[in-house]
This record gives sequence, C-alpha cells and structure tokens, in this order.
Amino acid sequence: MCLGIPGRITAIVDEQAMLAEVDVSGVRRQVDVLCVAEQGQPLASLVGAWVLVHVGFAMSRIDEAEALQTLRVLASMDELAGELDAMRTSAQA
Amino acid sequence: MRFVKEFRDPHLAEALLARINHVAERIGHRRARPVTVMEVCGGHTHTIFRYGLDRRLPANIEFAHGPGCPVCVLPKGRIEDAIALAHRPDVIFTTFGDAMRVPGGRGSLLQARAAGADVRMVYSPLDALALARANPERQVVFFALGFETTAPSTALTILRAGAENIGNFSIMCQHITIIPTLRALLAQPDFTVDGFIGPGHVSMVIGTDPYAFIARDFRRPLVVAGFEPLDILHSLLMVLRQIEAGEARVENQYARVVAAQGNKAAIAAIERVYEVRAECEWRGLGQIAGSGLQLRAEWAGFDAEKRFAMQPHHLADLEQCRCGDVLTGRIKPPQCQSFGRACAPDHPAGALMVSSEGACAAYYEYHGVGEAA
Ligand code: SF4
Repeated sequence: MCLGIPGRITAIVDEQAMLAEVDVSGVRRQVDVLCVAEQGQPLASLVGAWVLVHVGFAMSRIDEAEALQTLRVLASMDELAGELDAMRTSAQA
Repeated sequence: MRFVKEFRDPHLAEALLARINHVAERIGHRRARPVTVMEVCGGHTHTIFRYGLDRRLPANIEFAHGPGCPVCVLPKGRIEDAIALAHRPDVIFTTFGDAMRVPGGRGSLLQARAAGADVRMVYSPLDALALARANPERQVVFFALGFETTAPSTALTILRAGAENIGNFSIMCQHITIIPTLRALLAQPDFTVDGFIGPGHVSMVIGTDPYAFIARDFRRPLVVAGFEPLDILHSLLMVLRQIEAGEARVENQYARVVAAQGNKAAIAAIERVYEVRAECEWRGLGQIAGSGLQLRAEWAGFDAEKRFAMQPHHLADLEQCRCGDVLTGRIKPPQCQSFGRACAPDHPAGALMVSSEGACAAYYEYHGVGEAA
C-alpha cells in the first residue's frame, strides 16, 4: 500500500468524477486523478503523463527532467565512466 | 516502467558503494562507534534487504530499520476491534491485504475469515466504496491504514461517499503520521541514530519542510529517498557526506516524485476530513501524542467506531517480543529471543514479522535464522 506503482494515463474516463484510466505494466485500471490535476487545465492534458499510483489514486506525476538530473548526478559518480570520458577527450585533442 | 531499470543499474551501484567506502573511511578515524543511519520507511527496509545493501556496507556504517511501516505498528487491540466488527453479521469488513495476517490477541483477520466473518481484501478504498454501492443491505467498513501516503485516498473516498450520500459505508480510521513519532524517538536520551533516510512517499504528500526540526533542533541530517537500490545508496552517501562535513540539513534525493511543498490537493483533503487524535497507540512504541488521525465531527457519520459504538480493546505487547527495540534501532531482529522460534513468518508473534516491509520478516527471508544464534 505504501509503494506506489508507476503508470501512464491513457484516457479520461469521467471528467466530473476525476477518474482516468491508467496503464500499469499492461494492466489497466481506473484511478482518481484529483491529486495530480492542474487547476485551470482540462483533465485531457494529463493523457500520456507518467504518474505514481497508490491504492487507486494517482498521487504524483513523475518528473522526467528531475529523474534525468538525478541520473546524471549518479552517472558522474561513476569513476570508470569519468576515466573513459577523459580517454576519449584526450584522444581527440 | 518509467525510471525503474535505470535506478537499478548494478554498475552505478558499485560506483556509489566505492564512494560510500571512501567517506566511511574518512569518518571512521574520528569515531568510536559505527555511524547509524535509520531508514524510516518500511519500503526502504524492503529494498535494503531485497538487494542485500546492508551486507555491502563498510563495517562502520549501519542501517537501523525505523517505524515507518503502518502494518508493523498496528496495535493488537485495534486488530481485536477489527475482528469484532468483522464478525457482525451485517458487516462486510474490507482491508488492504497487508493487514490480514497481523496477529491480534486471539488471531488475525485471516483467521476470522476462516471462522466465518465476511472479510474481503481490497486494493483501494474506492473498491470498498463500490462494494457499499453494490450491497445496500449490508454495512461496508473499510480498515483505513497508513501514513500520509494513503490518508488522502481515504479522505477523498469519504468525500465521494458524502457527495453520493452512501449511508452504508464507514471507515475504521487507523491513519497515523510520522512526524510526532520521529520527534518522540529523537527526544529519547539513548537514541543513537546519526542521520535519516527520509520516507519518499510520505514526503510526496507532506513535502520536505516538516522535517526541518530534525536538522535544526536535533542536528541530524535527513535525505528524502526514492525506493530503488540506487536511490537508497545515493541517499546514504548524501547523509554520510553531511555527517563528514559536520552539517545537518534536509535534502531531497527523490525530486522526480517529491516536491518541496508536497501535494497541495492531498494536504487539503487531509485537512478537510481529519483532525489530530490526542493519543495514538503504536505497537512496540506505546502511546504517542498527536500521532494519529480521526474523522472530523462533520464526517462522524462515516466513523465505524461511532456507528457501531465500538468498545476499543487495549492489549499489551508480549514481554518476550522486542518489536519496540527493533523499531527504534536498539537491537537487530535476531537479538530478539523470539526471532525464528516463537516468531517466524508462518506464525508471527510480532507485526514486524508479517509484512515484507517489516524488518524481522525481511531479515528472516534474506538472512535466514542462521544468524540468530
Ligand atoms: S522477532 Fe517477532 S517478536 Fe521479536 S521483534 Fe521481531 S516481530 Fe517482534
């Protein structure tokens, strides 16, 4: 119940009731999207978004830019990758 | 699944472990005892054991497995309350699967079901509400469990039930909050944890500000973490770097999901539906002031405790069960004399042995009983 599952919003089921269909690894289920809806935006703008689903509720959008940023930080810690980069750039020089 | 594989990359895990080793060596020279970092959340405990991260740490760095597993801190008396309700002939009792096997005083909800009670597992409170719509002649009770991660979903379900005027739906509210408990732990004089890996999905709702007191008043670093192995190692490294530098700050490693301000809609739902309970009991830890939620008077019609005039049970923890000492990081699971003997996953004595997010169950599954001796 505490571990969210990432899924992708595929369709809006009921605009009024804030229900959307989410595809979680091939399993489709209705989820409540009130917590990820943006004020003043039609719900349709959520279609295609990746969200984290907890007990039938989309609780957070997964921020792609932030994910990539964290992965960049992690990659920079990879000393081997750093060495390889250095080798590559020095060969070009 | 998005960003799952990337955060399990074994090559990057090795790179992180190498950095952790470096920092640990530098810190090691200055300290007599190991650095203890508490992962607050049971989901993190699970990741740590599943990927064997605890076995890869240098000798002077230890994880302590914290109280952030709602199933593990379910008091026996509440299970008895739930079972008493479930045995009413007019009631369909619904619960997340995790709570089914938690032992009360005389058995679990699963055993109550075998004995004839109508207990049903649901994935979502919305499924419990759907059962209420489909069975207007029965009373559907939902066992509302969890921290701030799941409190909004129950709140939004109550709002829906209110809007549709569904009269045969109610909840047994066991929602709890982590901040008062962290404060209570930190105030204990023998609490030796040096830093925290903060709960990712609680923080997704409440944001990172509520932890500020941990850094400010108790001078401990806290890093909010994601749930993949690289997230945990990365966060551990961030905590250790702060300790090395003599700093204490709140950092967010899980920015892909957690915003500093949390989720406004979820917080609004919590505030609209619940108020703070004066006292709330935690298994192993006892009563902690202000750590539980209950329905506001306005929503009392959906409160199963009121609807069925429940008489709450209070049952003490068994003396030979050291769940509280495990939850506060004082001992490791095998140091409890019940571990692997009177308490094992197929006959749990304590709730930490029930959920795969409980430290004792995880220890048993991934380390075995061999190390109990
Ligand atoms: S082994 Fe069982 S009784 Fe002992 S601390 Fe763990 S869950 Fe509690």
